[in-house]
Amino acid sequence: MFGLLKKTLANLVSGPVTRDYPGTKRPAFDGSRGHLDMDPAVCIYCGACSKRCPTKAIAVSREPKEWKLEVGRCIVCGHCVEVCPKKCMWLDTAHGLARDAVQDARSGDSQGNS
Amino acid sequence: MSTQSLIPFGPQHPVFPEPIQLRLVLEDEKVVEALPALGYVHRGLEKIAQQKDILQDVFLVERVCGICSFIHSLTYCRGVETLMGLTVPDRARFLRVVWSEMSRLHSHLLWLGLMADSFGFENLFMQAFRLREKVLDLMEATGGNRVIMSSCCIGGVRRDLTADLVQMVRTTLDEVERELEPIITTMRDDYTVRERTVGIGRLTKEEAHELGAVGPVARGCGIPMDFRTTGYEAYGDLEFKPVVFEGGDCYARCKVRLYEMPQSISLMRGALDKLPAGPLAVPVKGNPDGETISRCEQPRGEVIYYMRANNTRNLERLRIRTPTFANLAPLLKMLPGCQLADVPVIVLAIDPCISCTER
Repeated sequence: MFGLLKKTLANLVSGPVTRDYPGTKRPAFDGSRGHLDMDPAVCIYCGACSKRCPTKAIAVSREPKEWKLEVGRCIVCGHCVEVCPKKCMWLDTAHGLARDAVQDARSGDSQGNS
Repeated sequence: MSTQSLIPFGPQHPVFPEPIQLRLVLEDEKVVEALPALGYVHRGLEKIAQQKDILQDVFLVERVCGICSFIHSLTYCRGVETLMGLTVPDRARFLRVVWSEMSRLHSHLLWLGLMADSFGFENLFMQAFRLREKVLDLMEATGGNRVIMSSCCIGGVRRDLTADLVQMVRTTLDEVERELEPIITTMRDDYTVRERTVGIGRLTKEEAHELGAVGPVARGCGIPMDFRTTGYEAYGDLEFKPVVFEGGDCYARCKVRLYEMPQSISLMRGALDKLPAGPLAVPVKGNPDGETISRCEQPRGEVIYYMRANNTRNLERLRIRTPTFANLAPLLKMLPGCQLADVPVIVLAIDPCISCTER
């Protein structure tokens, strides 16, 4: 009985355990896999990332120099980042797909740096 | 004289996280027979695995199941390592234990929530999910993602735990352990929970053995069967004794999972204490050849991977036997004789994972 009363009072004075999302967002952890990004200035368009990609989300062509990522297919595993010889790719902590590339993913259009 | 009626239980049902259909033959409210219908989430995974190379398959097998994904990749990697004769570095062995137990903890908390929900204990459901969120945060901080961590690779692990992360894991584990205690007490001692679980879905030790029950279902029948006792990865270097309860009813199965949660926490602590320095992975050279069977203890029981390679970058066969598949036969034995209202509780007590089963 008193245990319940204690708990009720504690719950009354304590705030909610959930966040006021989307007003308050939890910052992403370092090393969290949000989305894939690359620097076209460093890329040599060798196609190593494209060959190793488990979902065939990356298309690379040497002539014309083009690097395309199909955001809807990318599973953000980071396999491409590991095999890139120039280390021109990295995983960003922001969840890009949910943020700004939803339309691209739905329409099936490729989005990326070229 | 009572008449028989057939009730389709599922594939869409509030207690099922995933689709499976149980056709229940009822006499009044009493179940006399249960017939399962599977195949709603079959994805042809074994065929895709043959088309991808061995390194890409790691990301594929992780997606067999969204709850025990790390242990799927671990079992697969252990199999390929056996075929290629690779020896995993010590640090990777201990990190694999940490992530395996993290998966187990979050899986059991998810089960606890769903189980509480199955008999209408909404408050406990929310408390379990609130606590699970802390474990998922840990998984994101250490593995990079909330569920599918992709931290296991052939030859070792892909990520390291820095001193800061180890400290964060320890602090969070202390919090989780503190908050888990009242949840365990409630689930164990509460009158309503006992009314809904004690003596329900009874399975004898002999029946469990004959029908091939695995994991908490077998351990809840008094069978001390846990693949971790063989000491794979770093389990041999840690203190481990399987949680076993007699009884063979839903209550015993619940207790096995409840007490496995603090055990997972202590295993993680033990692995972090003994975490040796050194490399994370060995380089993978050449192609796998031959055939092997790889086994690991998942939250739901023992998973078995059969793989055959032919000295190419692709596997010739990859066959997965998941623990829920093994526990379906015991489930069909438990259901006849119970009341219709007890079916959700009995089904949730085996912790079904249908996506695993159907792949």
